[in-house]
Amino acid sequence: MNETKSPVETRTPFGQTYYPPVPTEFTKKMRTNLFWQLLRFVVINVKILRMVRKH
Amino acid sequence: MARLVILGAGIAGQTAALHARRRLGRDHEVVVVSPNSRWNWIPSNIWVGVGVMTPEQVTFPLRPVYEKTGITFVQGRAVSVHPEGDGDAGRPYVKVELTEPGKTGQEERVPYDWLINATGPKLNFDATPGLGPSKNTVSVCTFDHAAHASKAFDETVARMKAGEKQTLLVGTGHGNCTCQGAAFEYIFNVEFELRRRGVRDKARVVWLSNEHELGDFGMGGMFIRRGGYVTHSRVFTESLYTERGIEWITRAGVKEVAPGEVSYETLDGDERSLKFDFGMLLPPFSGVGLKAFDRSGADVTASVFAPSGFMLVDGDYAKKPYEEWSPEDWPRTYQSPKYPNVFAVGIAFAPPHAISKPMTSPKGTPIFPTPPRTGMPTGVMAREVAFNIVDMINGKATAPTRHASLAHMGAACIASAGAGLFRGTAVSMTLFPIVPDFRKYPDTGRDLGWTFGEIGLAGHWIKHLLHFGFIYKAKANPLWAMVPE
Repeated sequence: MNETKSPVETRTPFGQTYYPPVPTEFTKKMRTNLFWQLLRFVVINVKILRMVRKH
Repeated sequence: MARLVILGAGIAGQTAALHARRRLGRDHEVVVVSPNSRWNWIPSNIWVGVGVMTPEQVTFPLRPVYEKTGITFVQGRAVSVHPEGDGDAGRPYVKVELTEPGKTGQEERVPYDWLINATGPKLNFDATPGLGPSKNTVSVCTFDHAAHASKAFDETVARMKAGEKQTLLVGTGHGNCTCQGAAFEYIFNVEFELRRRGVRDKARVVWLSNEHELGDFGMGGMFIRRGGYVTHSRVFTESLYTERGIEWITRAGVKEVAPGEVSYETLDGDERSLKFDFGMLLPPFSGVGLKAFDRSGADVTASVFAPSGFMLVDGDYAKKPYEEWSPEDWPRTYQSPKYPNVFAVGIAFAPPHAISKPMTSPKGTPIFPTPPRTGMPTGVMAREVAFNIVDMINGKATAPTRHASLAHMGAACIASAGAGLFRGTAVSMTLFPIVPDFRKYPDTGRDLGWTFGEIGLAGHWIKHLLHFGFIYKAKANPLWAMVPE
């Protein structure tokens, strides 16, 4: 499970980590891509403010 | 002249006090009673717990704020409520044990016309033998607990740097804990810090919780639209744990914590144990233990407070099976049915029941989360209660007119997964309503148009902004009221 184990060991069939979707490298990069995240910053803030204004 | 007394100076108490003070004329008095001299932005305690922030960065002294705003401050712990006064005085009052230096232990009567109970929780470490910062685990529930956790974390990292392998355990320390979100934030910040400090390969990081599935968070989880599917939060949460190499144990009620070893019962009834080197397990919450007495001095606590110690308000507390739970069970005005000039907000009010489905092991041990009450709904209910009281004081209403039911309110939540201006991430989510309504939304319990979640650096920026924004607001700095709850 931890990083000292080989990928074969960590992907044991029927183990906890076997079934969940795992992000691709592209997905992970976009999580900290400055341009994309600046856009998401605006989008998420709009969503939050809409929720705030709802009550 | 009316006197509004607010017990507690956390997110709920401070929000109610500032809004009431702003709207009430100076001929009325607002009094805050709190045993603490400092205000704490609790959502940032998880950063104190990994050494990213200091206690000073998440707190500030209350007294200067109250002097500036004209709020009377009584530094003390409320012991009992006397809603009918007593033989000497017909005016309701709260008995307070002072905690102010120089007056510690002295008792004082604080009379009130209106009362808001915003005392928050008692951190009930005693519910699990061996649990808590004075025993065998650390906590991030308060800023001093978090500072202690940070020190223990540093020592664990030092052992890893010396070549030792360590098991770090984070989660809930009892079968009926809440606030899984805080533990979730902490374990991901711990994991992030381990990588940042170059010792991740020496660590086994384990999540242990009373949730039925990962991603429950005490709200029964949530569904969101993503990639052409309607997907449960369990899938995304398991994905994140897998990506970060964190093992998870769910459906576990911790029974005892010995030094370096936790014993727990699973929902299947199995008794298991796990050895650890660093453990942050949250305690269950209960009310702070306030008593209530009528005019004759008879103890009426049982008619004002639930057995959990939380205050009974306008919810439906009739015992009923899960299948009969209704959104209408949840309180709307937070007014005490017995004493209409008494209200309870934030964690202090008694929820009618859980949000997650209740589960019990074959041995009869309840193992499921109790309802969370995060910052945004806490602030909204405190504001609405303050406005209702102001309206009644000013003669604009004779009963509460504003409602803030968790079953008709949404929430926005940011959960940190690691702090860093360019490398940090956080999960941003909104959901509506907080309490699922399966009659209105039969498949998901919530409105998918208002429910979403994603992880990224933008979430970290927002969490950081909220840190500064809410501390600015709680200090009652100029235009503070523009900052939403």
